[in-house]
Amino acid sequence: MSTIWRFSRFVTASVRTVLRGNPAYWAWLALLGVLIVSGALAYADQASTGLALTAMRDQVSWGFYIGNFTFLVGVAAAAVVLVIPAYIYDWKPIREIVIFGELLALSAIIMCLLFVLVDVGRPERLWHMMPPWGHINFPSSILAWDALVLNVYFLVNFVVVTHIIYRAFYGRPYAKRIVIPLVLASIPMAIGIHTVTAFLYNGMAARPYWNSSILAPQFLASAFSSGPAILLIVLQLLRRFTRFEIQDEAIWKIAELMAYAMFLNLFLHGVEAFKEYYSNTEHLLYTRYWFQGLGDHRTLVPFAWSAVALNLTAFLLFIMPAARQNPITLNIGCLATYAGCYIEKGMGLIIPGLTPDTLGEIYQYYPSMTELRVSAGVFALGFLAFTLMLKVAVAISLGELRGEPGMNAAWAQPQPIQPATARTSTS
Amino acid sequence: MLSCAVAVWAAWLLVRDGGARVADTVRHQSVTASASPPAAAPVQLRVEVPPPPFSEGVFPCSECHNEVDLPSNPTRRQLVDAHDEIVLKHDEEHRWCLDCHDGKNRDQLHLASGEVVPFDESYRVCGQCHGEKYRDWRAGVHGRRIGHWNGAKQYLLCVHCHSPHQPKFKALAPQPAPRRPMRPDR
Amino acid sequence: MAKNETQTSSVTRRQFASVAAAAAAGFLLTACGPRRLHEIPRDRLREAIKEWERDYSEKYGKAVTVSDAGPMPGVLFAMALDLSRCNGNRRCVEACVAENNQSREPEVQWIRVLSMDKDKGIDFSDADPYYEPAEVPEPGRFYVPTACQQCRNPPCTKVCPVGATWTEPDGIVVIDYDWCIGCRCCMAACPYGARHFNWGVPSIPPGELNSNIHYLGNRPRPKGVVEKCTFCIQRTRAGRYPACLEICPTGARKFGNMLDPESEIRYILENKRVVLLKQELNTMPKFFYFYGT
Repeated sequence: MSTIWRFSRFVTASVRTVLRGNPAYWAWLALLGVLIVSGALAYADQASTGLALTAMRDQVSWGFYIGNFTFLVGVAAAAVVLVIPAYIYDWKPIREIVIFGELLALSAIIMCLLFVLVDVGRPERLWHMMPPWGHINFPSSILAWDALVLNVYFLVNFVVVTHIIYRAFYGRPYAKRIVIPLVLASIPMAIGIHTVTAFLYNGMAARPYWNSSILAPQFLASAFSSGPAILLIVLQLLRRFTRFEIQDEAIWKIAELMAYAMFLNLFLHGVEAFKEYYSNTEHLLYTRYWFQGLGDHRTLVPFAWSAVALNLTAFLLFIMPAARQNPITLNIGCLATYAGCYIEKGMGLIIPGLTPDTLGEIYQYYPSMTELRVSAGVFALGFLAFTLMLKVAVAISLGELRGEPGMNAAWAQPQPIQPATARTSTS
Repeated sequence: MLSCAVAVWAAWLLVRDGGARVADTVRHQSVTASASPPAAAPVQLRVEVPPPPFSEGVFPCSECHNEVDLPSNPTRRQLVDAHDEIVLKHDEEHRWCLDCHDGKNRDQLHLASGEVVPFDESYRVCGQCHGEKYRDWRAGVHGRRIGHWNGAKQYLLCVHCHSPHQPKFKALAPQPAPRRPMRPDR
Repeated sequence: MAKNETQTSSVTRRQFASVAAAAAAGFLLTACGPRRLHEIPRDRLREAIKEWERDYSEKYGKAVTVSDAGPMPGVLFAMALDLSRCNGNRRCVEACVAENNQSREPEVQWIRVLSMDKDKGIDFSDADPYYEPAEVPEPGRFYVPTACQQCRNPPCTKVCPVGATWTEPDGIVVIDYDWCIGCRCCMAACPYGARHFNWGVPSIPPGELNSNIHYLGNRPRPKGVVEKCTFCIQRTRAGRYPACLEICPTGARKFGNMLDPESEIRYILENKRVVLLKQELNTMPKFFYFYGT
């Protein structure tokens, strides 16, 4: 009973925190609100008229929504880029900020689930996947696997984050025996969610562009090289707008790891291109559609080369310590890698995989206004969740938000979130 | 056990559907015929077909073509007095009307051996040269059939699709093409 | 002692009551809620059928029958298509649309006839489904109608997350239109472009509804679900030929029971040169393209 009361105090205190902010904060929320409302209206249209309002047709039956979903699974998996140095290598500078990576993972999973919701033809039937009333085609269907691992990953991260922040709210360290196993489990899980998502495409023999063994490693490389980019920007914003201290080393180390991941990403893309162009079978058609266009059909070509340029730029900027450590080039690199991987994972994966279609037809897909509005709404919802969670987490980390009376001293010394010592703790 | 059940069921169907499954029966027979001494050719059983597609008012031919009114002229020639609308495009270099139509009995066709064949068995005439097609037709593999896959089927005569005088299958006007996928904003 | 006993037994009663209530609720929910047609008990199926017959008859203004015919034992359906006979006239496409209650607006067509170049052979990168000459066949072209190949190793049934599509014992791959969530995973997995999605609300002019319906086949579909050729399950399970076969003016289509040694299909497999589309994908289609001549 008292636990429930204490938790509700935590919730109400969190709500109060997110309702307080400076004009910049409210402007940001207002922008997100506009996008969310626009997205909701567009989705209402889509739900009543049907998916015909999107540009997807039989020939290209997956598009912008699933592309975004794929990219965001990668962002969610990228939390592991922080978790491994923090917990496996016990590297203190990152230890302090790993929770933000987990919050990003949570927001990304929320967006993933929302993108699935807006993409299916009968969203009210999604419960058909849940036993005992539904039926899940496990282990045969990779989509079933994906639904399972994404939700479990979400749960794991949610439990860890809530536990840590709730404990910190009451000024108490988190319980190592709860957090450490879950966090360690989240590492293979992060690899797992993105591997399973890759298998979703990989396993389809009907789509030679996807049916390549390299897809799962390439997904992971691209995820680790782009996912943390948001985090790097957010960390810099936190440093700027709050009293949160984040060590430069932490940021530089993340950027360095992203550089290595980007190298792998570029290498894997390169070997894929070699195989397609050198073997020169009919399967080359999909890669050619992406990089060169087929005949008059050249819609995606600018995107293809932009992605290459952006990824190369990001790699070069992050691999050079001087560029990494310069805030301007660092941020250019972040934007470049995020945009580059977004294009390559979204437009560059789904659409060339489906164009030409299985019967050789070319339908040039690019998203419709409805899809853009709905997607912007989903991204806004995810960013909203991230912003609100971040606000609470930062406030608690800085000691500005505390549950016990007397501990609400606004200017208490900022304390990084710390684990329990040798004694076992009770909630 | 399953194959026994299938065999019994197939046999039961054969017995039940008698005439309609004759094509299958014929194949069956040719299989059994190979077991017996190779003396006579397999018996050609009749196939039930709709009436032959005669032009209006032309049958019975013997109304005009009898030895009294129109004695038979077996000379190979271009017809000018009647039936001149028929342009033969069926091996016309080597054959003409009376190679299929029986000279003595115009209400019948005839085989190369001289055996007369009624119009509703014209497939036997076609089958002389087009043996593979004939065999496939009997098996139901060539040509259109409607009906039941596990029961009565309706055959058509060769001539229902192929005019015997110009047998090349006529070109057809195709139904409209499917609609191309259109974006919602077009 | 007595007090303890009372307490113990009341706890036990309470526990029992809650477990029993949960079980009852679970039973009710699972027994009364929507069920997959795949495993639906026969009595519930009959109820569902009565409901459908009532609904469709009301909506379309004509008496509709919904059949629950099951698969016949010892039957594995297959279809064959004579590439030397198809002249691309598309009568099959139209007959299929009418027979199977496909949406006219937006247009859904289960059969797609591809026009190909005789010099290149079967080459999908060069296929054209939009040919519209005055007459067919066009010189130098041949025609390959494609629809669901009813694979024996179907990639579509493998990937469906909710099990809304499965292979019936007689070999027909069917879809439960009330269970499908419209994720379109099966459409991505199908190598033959055989599956079609209801992007909008399907519409059939009321007078044109085919009232001879099978619960797994040509029921009118809602928007947001996938559909495809079912080998005219409403006809074939009643022993008849599919509509596309009966309308074909050249007799290019053949259909029958693969397990029957006397069937046309077996004759074709044994005597003709047979080709499978995308054979290397190991889908094992039950749609055999052959050259009759």
